[in-house]
Amino acid sequence: MNVALVIIAAVVLGSVALGIRAGRRVPMNLENWTVGGRRFGVIIMWLLMAGEIYTTFTFLGASGWAYTKGAPAFYIIIYGTLAYTLSFFILPAVWRAGKRHGLHTQPDFFIKRYGSRALGVLVALIGVLSIVPYLQLQLTGLGFIVEVASNRAVSSAAAIVIAFVLTCLFVFTSGIRGAAWVAVVKDILMIAAVAVVGIGVPVMCFGSVGNMFKTLMERMPGYLAFPGGTPNLGVTWVMSTCLLTGLGFYMWPHVFGSAFSARSAETIKRNAVIMPFYQIPILLVFFVGFTALLVAPGLKNGDTAFLALVQKTYPPWFMGFVGAAGALTAMVPASVLVLFASTLIAKNIYRTVFAPGAGEDRVIRLARIMVFVVMILALTSTFFFRKELVYLLIFGYDGVSQFFPGVVLGLFWRRATKQGVAAGLLTGVGVVVGLIVAGRDPFLGLNAGFVGLAANAAVTVLVSLSTKSASGGWE
Amino acid sequence: MKKGTKYALMLGAVPFLTLVLALPLVNRERPVILGLPFLLFWILGWVVLTPVFLYAAYRLEKKYNPPDEEDGP
Repeated sequence: MNVALVIIAAVVLGSVALGIRAGRRVPMNLENWTVGGRRFGVIIMWLLMAGEIYTTFTFLGASGWAYTKGAPAFYIIIYGTLAYTLSFFILPAVWRAGKRHGLHTQPDFFIKRYGSRALGVLVALIGVLSIVPYLQLQLTGLGFIVEVASNRAVSSAAAIVIAFVLTCLFVFTSGIRGAAWVAVVKDILMIAAVAVVGIGVPVMCFGSVGNMFKTLMERMPGYLAFPGGTPNLGVTWVMSTCLLTGLGFYMWPHVFGSAFSARSAETIKRNAVIMPFYQIPILLVFFVGFTALLVAPGLKNGDTAFLALVQKTYPPWFMGFVGAAGALTAMVPASVLVLFASTLIAKNIYRTVFAPGAGEDRVIRLARIMVFVVMILALTSTFFFRKELVYLLIFGYDGVSQFFPGVVLGLFWRRATKQGVAAGLLTGVGVVVGLIVAGRDPFLGLNAGFVGLAANAAVTVLVSLSTKSASGGWE
Repeated sequence: MKKGTKYALMLGAVPFLTLVLALPLVNRERPVILGLPFLLFWILGWVVLTPVFLYAAYRLEKKYNPPDEEDGP
């Protein structure tokens, strides 16, 4: 019997049961399904936000970046901190607007603020296009983690399909509440696993974390300052990328939408104060990546560094917990991504374009069915559109960041107009796609998304100033 | 702009100054502090201090512009 596999299965099934239970005795209307009835307090918000933000990228990508690139990986702990700081100032206003106007999604916000349904459709389309590859990335990461952790007892494809069914089940039944409850288990397990491995591995291999760094600096001088082991990720790149991703962070439709789940604006502020502490586990993941570089150099794929090292140094039962934590780390963000993609499609695209008169009960029914459709879409695109997906994935962050001027100016500048925001959005997306396709990212040392965002902001302001604002019913 | 908001924004600017603008000045491995290379120590230090600044911003905002009914508790 495979101990690791038993542990993974038990933990994952237990969490999913918890997620399904979470929606019992709550009528599943749009308000409850998408934003949890706007009732979440500080602790559950913290766990949910962390649940969404900490994806498989944290486990695999952060150690992989530390392993292959060195110092540029540090941008990962910086941008989150910038994002939480911004959220302190922006999200309370977003929440208030949500409460006042009964908003559920990011396009709802744009529609209400700018009085334009077409703008809502555009925002929803960009949102869904950015979500699908991100969702697919979670599924791929999950397959990989479970396959390695179970010592190949379960194939990656099988793990993905099982996880896909389970995730759809708790999203379908409980909506955002289901995600929040699974996130509780996931956050506890993941922090425990990262703490044990992040401190344990360098200590076992080098006696202490300090010694590990000392050895690394002796063997590879310059690796722990920008640009580290890369030719082009220098300090300008790090600065522009931190700004872009820091600004873009809460512009992800699912993260933005989750803000509506909070009980009050105060909850959101208090949440923002404690969020930066969540960056500390990422530091520990870096330790693993750096240790792996010293004790297991030459891995073909840096993203495998974390698991390779754990497998080498820990017993199989521990691997089971890491596997379970890894699986949930993919499933929680995936659940929220799929939930919001489905709501965007049902409420902001389908209803606006095809059935303007559709009632809320029809929208929620469609949204819940869409959960399965979006998941299947993400699954099949894994097999058929691999190359396009890579582009979409690069585009994801750069794309959603383009919502920033529309959101922030919409909240704090009365002159912002729908024409301005639409023109800015199209300009920003155009610049980003142009630069990525032309292979000019980074552009003059700057992140392409950042260049797009600057153009976007300028166009939004200029066009807004030359058009008449009409935001009836917003104030 | 309300007084509390102004103070809060000043405090909120700190991470942007230390973690973005200051990076070219601290882009070095030595000296090693608490076992960490200097750049990482600097970044980590300001990440951990950010909640302190945000908490101060929270208190100041609360003091100068008390939240209305809708915002609490």
